[in-house]
Order: sequence, then structure tokens, then C-alpha cells
Amino acid sequence: MSVAIVKERFSGKIGEVILGATSEQGGTRTSTVTIGGDAALPFLHFEGKVNRPVIAMEVNDIPPTWNETLTKQYGDVFNSPGAWAKQCVDDFGADLIYLKLTGADPDGENRSPEDCARVVKEVLAAVGVPLIVVGCGDSTKDNEVIAAVAEAATGENLLIGVAEQETYKTYAAAAMVHKHTLIAQSPLDINICKQLNILINEMGLPLNKIVIDPLIAGLGFGIEYAYSIMERARLGALGNDKMLAMPMFCSVGYEANRTKESNSSADENPQWGDLDDRAVLWESLTASGLMQVGASIIMMRNPAAVKVVKKNIDELMSV
Amino acid sequence: MALTGLEIYKQLPKKNCGECGVPTCLAFAMALAAGKAALDTCPYVTDAARENLESASAPPIKAIKFGNGSVMGDETVMYRHDKTFYHETTIIIQVSDALTDDEVSAKLAEINGLEFDRVGLHYSVEGVAVVNESGDAARFAKVAAAVAAGTEKSLLLISNNPEALKAAVAPLAARKPLIGEANADNYEAVVNIGKENSVPVILKADGLDALSDLVEKAVALGYKEFVLDPGTKGTAQQLADLTQLRRLSIKKKFRTFGYPVIVFTNHENPLDEIMEASVYVCKYASAIVLKTSAKAHLLPLMALKQNLYTDPQKPIQVEEKLYAIGEVTEDSPLYITTNFSLTYYSVEGEVESTKIPSYIIPVNTEGTSVLTAYAAGKYEPELIWETMQKLGVPDILKHKNVIIPGYVAVVTAKLKEISGWNVIVGPRESSGIVAFAKTLK
Ligand code: SF4
Repeated sequence: MSVAIVKERFSGKIGEVILGATSEQGGTRTSTVTIGGDAALPFLHFEGKVNRPVIAMEVNDIPPTWNETLTKQYGDVFNSPGAWAKQCVDDFGADLIYLKLTGADPDGENRSPEDCARVVKEVLAAVGVPLIVVGCGDSTKDNEVIAAVAEAATGENLLIGVAEQETYKTYAAAAMVHKHTLIAQSPLDINICKQLNILINEMGLPLNKIVIDPLIAGLGFGIEYAYSIMERARLGALGNDKMLAMPMFCSVGYEANRTKESNSSADENPQWGDLDDRAVLWESLTASGLMQVGASIIMMRNPAAVKVVKKNIDELMSV
Repeated sequence: MALTGLEIYKQLPKKNCGECGVPTCLAFAMALAAGKAALDTCPYVTDAARENLESASAPPIKAIKFGNGSVMGDETVMYRHDKTFYHETTIIIQVSDALTDDEVSAKLAEINGLEFDRVGLHYSVEGVAVVNESGDAARFAKVAAAVAAGTEKSLLLISNNPEALKAAVAPLAARKPLIGEANADNYEAVVNIGKENSVPVILKADGLDALSDLVEKAVALGYKEFVLDPGTKGTAQQLADLTQLRRLSIKKKFRTFGYPVIVFTNHENPLDEIMEASVYVCKYASAIVLKTSAKAHLLPLMALKQNLYTDPQKPIQVEEKLYAIGEVTEDSPLYITTNFSLTYYSVEGEVESTKIPSYIIPVNTEGTSVLTAYAAGKYEPELIWETMQKLGVPDILKHKNVIIPGYVAVVTAKLKEISGWNVIVGPRESSGIVAFAKTLK
């Protein structure tokens, strides 16, 4: 007997967002990245169009304070953001670079906005893939940093962030004037997420220039909250809620690597086994869980995890 | 799936005799629908009606129990946010009977060691599958017996040779193993072994059409304790099949697929295998059989399933007490946080990283995070001070300094006033604790 499979009929779909700009489009990227456009639940090809999630690997403007389980996989690149980015693209297969300008932190190196803009230029020159650029996390400083970066990279269609409820105006303005795309972050709350998208859109930034950051949590530390918020958002978007229908960005590498499970050695925690594989899987499974509920851009740090996740994406995309 | 009162009413005798304790059949139907009455109290229900009602009110996915307390299935929703997922994916590690005796015991020792403690929770791998790869029935029975003697975990016995299965199961029936696999060729024999030993049986066929045929034939043998195996295949197609099995049983109440689903992974490389398994944990496998048994591989997978099967309505809480991190003294710093497990353990991890012995008090906010608790009025200075006193903090510490989360900096003045303590505003996020601790003193 043949079984009649159940297909959901969705009236909406995820909006398509293009990142980066080639020379014809006013930028200098050798290729662009298209995310979103999905008309089905994640990887259910029988239901409708499924777009491939992409991997953005993290690069900082100053050497990172990462665990050795990560750093030993990289070459001598941490003093050169350009070389670092190039290794991520050439050796590890990153689709995008996520450049976090940690050095701008007033409590750290307190680098100037001009310095930050220079680093962005350096990375743009080193790789041909599109860039995501975010500040150091200090909202006052980041206002200046992002303004300088957006201007210096006019036309590149960077994905800049992160715009929050309190700060979105500067970011949205910078994105509009200098032709970039924006990350809008809401703290695991679907209503705030919608609200923020509406506010940004009302300022004049088109919906296809916004990417949602639902502020995820890592595996073992609340990933289930992100999982359900994202699943609801995806269903909402497919149900034709345009203000939830942007592709989602997930800071997987950051969240997964700040857990004890990704840092504690097997000597310290014999019960948990070898740290290297454990850290790879902690990041990979954080990515996996969120890809199953609609993550479009996966930010990652661990090159070995990138390999595992890319292979899984290949499999999930092959029908 | 619950029936409505009206659907039940249609099946009742409509005598309105009142013998069931309520005046009319309709009232009785309503009481049944609300779960406030038992069908047996009506003496006149026909057998046909009873069967219709029982099968219609049966859960969309049958609960199958085996081994040492393992329960699979009995799920009622597609998405955890609709209610919750109930029975965590059962994780089973396979042992081949083609291994030598020494290899079997080494593998088993490794599997028995898969016990993990993290964030106040304990995870253990539930089962061991003995797989008849040797093709030798005697060897299979011997290894099955050795594995059974060497572990208390739930057992799964896998062979497509009914004779081998029969010999291995009989002495172990008391352990209630899950057995398989019954396929299109051997199902009669295998299902009968299950029936004779009262153990559940895995029905395996490649693809949904073949599987539905097999289930129908197996059910016709008069047995209902089944677990479905849709065959091993590429991850994308497996995800599609698992989704259909769940959708058909829950949304269409397609009885044929109303059983838990077990999946055997495809990958040999352990990292890829765990990644593959994580897809099935998210999307609808009730049990997964794995090859790898390394701790570093299992812990992340166990964490994922525990996380996703947490009831969204009931956040996990830690006990409200004074936690000592490291070799504390009466001079150690005191941090205040909330009793939401994730908040507490994030703080604990960071405080540990400061390498400064410290105390932490998770104030009982009914399992909510700092911001949520404060917004709901569950994080008032009075409550914080009351908790500190209740736990005897003023007698334990020599100093009078308390560190509060940055998000509730607004309670500083009031807390200072009522307690007389010096209130220090800590960072907003736990990730700021290490840097913050350097500024203490
Ligand atoms: S005992 Fe049965 S027949 Fe009589 S009123 Fe109740 S439901 Fe109806």
C-alpha cells in the first residue's frame, strides 16, 4: 500500500537576503551569499524550497583568548586579521567572515573607530567572501565604531550589527546610508523580535536588508529556549508573518565555546572524556539543533566543527 | 488523541437510564471526555463501541516499554512548544557478536562507564544492542548472555535469523529485551518470538510504503508491541521519513504508524555519526542505535536530548542554599543569583574560573532568570535579604559585602538600607564575572 505523505501548505516564506556586493554591484566581493528564500520547514525538501545554511567563521582584530583546543588548529594568524580570515576561507571553507572588533573595547585596547575601519578594509582586501562586522559589545563605543566602519566600507553590503531595541537607530541609519544589511537582535523574545523589525523597517530599511539574531544559548545552557523561539518564528514566517520572515543568524561559536564543557580538560573532568572531540561536538551540536529550526547563518570558531557541520549540511541538502 | 463528548456520545446506547450515575448518556459522554468517568460504569456499552472508543482514545503513538525502565513513544506533539516532548530519545550502543570475548567485555566496560554529571543533572546511556554480525546463532546467544551478565542496562537483541533470535531471547526474557528485526521475509517467526516471550519487536522495512505493509501484516498476527525501523539511509531522506512517521501518527492518526521509531545511524566516523544522530534527536526518533561509545562523543548528544525534552512549562531549578565554590573562608566573596538552573550554573562556572573561593546564593525565583524574576516582582531586596538571613549568611561571613547581578542594580539602595550590608553591583552577564572578580578588593 502506498502511504499518502503529509505536506504542509504554507502561505508564506522566508525572505531572501543577499550579503556582500561584487564590483558590478558597487562592492569588491568576488562572490555574494544568498540566504533565506525557504518555503518549507528546515531541510524538508518534499515540502518546498530549502536554502543552504552558511558558515561564518569568527575573526577578531586582536588575538583571541580562546582555548588551546581551538587555537592549535590555526596557523600563526592571530596577529593579522587578514591572514586569519584568509585561512578561514581557504583552509576551513568559511562561506563568510564574522569580524568582531574586540579591540575597540574601552576596558581593553580601546582602539579608535578609525583603527577598526582600517581592520575591516584589511579583511576585505584579504578575502573575496562577504563580511559580517560587529562591534566590541560596549554600546556607546560601538555606535562610533559601526558608523566609521559602515562609511569606510560603503557599498560592500556588509552585514553589520548588532542593532538592539535601544540602539537600532544608529545602525539602521548606517546601513541605509552606506548600503549594508543589518543584524537585529532581540533577547529570546518573539514579540520584541517582531517589534524591532517593524521599527527598523519604519525607519526605511527594507525587510530584505534585515537578519534576525534571536540571541541563542549554547548546548546544555538553554539551547531549548532558542530552539523553540526559532521554531515558532519559522512557523510564523511560513504562516506569512512578514515581520518574522527574515533569515536567522546564530552565534554558535561564541555560545558553545564559553561553556565549561568546551574548555575543561579530561584531567579536570575525567567523566566527560577527551576535550578536543567534546569541544568539536559541543559546537557542532549547538549548530545542528539550531539548523533544525531554521538557522541560516551559523557563526563558528572550531575548524574541526566547521568540517563536521558542513558535511552534515551537504547531506541534508542532497536529495 | 482525546475524543470530544459528542464523538463519544455517538457510541453510547442512548438509553438515558442513569445507571452510570449521571442522568443521561450525553452527560456521561461529557464526563468521559473530561476524564471524570470510566466507560465500565455503563453496563450497556456494546463490545463494538468499547473497541471503537478505546482505539480512538489510545495515544497517537503507543508507549513501548522494554529492558530496565526504558520507555519509548507516547508523544503527542510535533513541536516541543506545543506542549512538551515526553520520553527522551533512548540511546543504545551496539556491540557486535563478531568481536572477540575480550573485545566484547572492553566495549561493554566502556558502555557501562557512560555516566555523566553536569549542571546538577545525571545522564546515563540507556541500552546495549547485541548485533548478530557473526551469522552464527550459538555465538549470538553466547555474546547476548555475556552482555546481559555484564550490564544492567536495557538490552536490544538484533538478528534477522529467527532461530538465532529465539535461542538468545529465551534465557533473557526476564530482562524484557527489545528484539529485532522482523522484516518482510521473517516477520511471522520473529513476531511470534516476541509474542511468546512478551517482548517488543522491531519491524524493519526500507521506506514508508514497505513499512506500512509490514506493520499491517504484523498486527494481523495479533500482537501490538512494536517499534518501527524505517531503514538506514542518507540523513535528508531519514529526516523526511521520521517527520512523516510523526506527522502521520499525530496529525492524521494513522494507526499503522502509531509506534515509536528506532533509527540505526549511517556514519562510521564518530563525529559524523553523532552529528547525524543529533538530527534524529531533534526530529522524531524515539531510540537511536550508535556505534561510538566514547564519553566525549556521547556527552554532547545526551545534553541535546535532555535539553530538548525539558518541559517548556517547568524550568529546572537548583536548591536554594549557600553554595561554597572552592576552599571558602569567612572572608570569601558572596554572589547572589537566581535558582533557575541555567542561570545558576553559568554563574557557578564563571565563579569557579575566577579561582577565588566564593559563596553563591541562588535566590528562589521559581526557576526564572534574573531579568524575568525582577520583572515579575520575584527578585525584591526584601526577598534577597530574607534569604541571606535564612541561610545564616551573617553568621558565616566576617565581612558584609554582597554582590548582586548587574541587571538588578536598581535594588542596591534598598537592599543596603534594609540589610546594612555593602551592596556591590556585579556584571549583567555571567561572562563578565572573571573580569569583575579582578576588581574586587
Ligand atoms: S448507564 Fe449507559 S445507557 Fe445508561 S445513561 Fe449511562 S451511559 Fe446511558
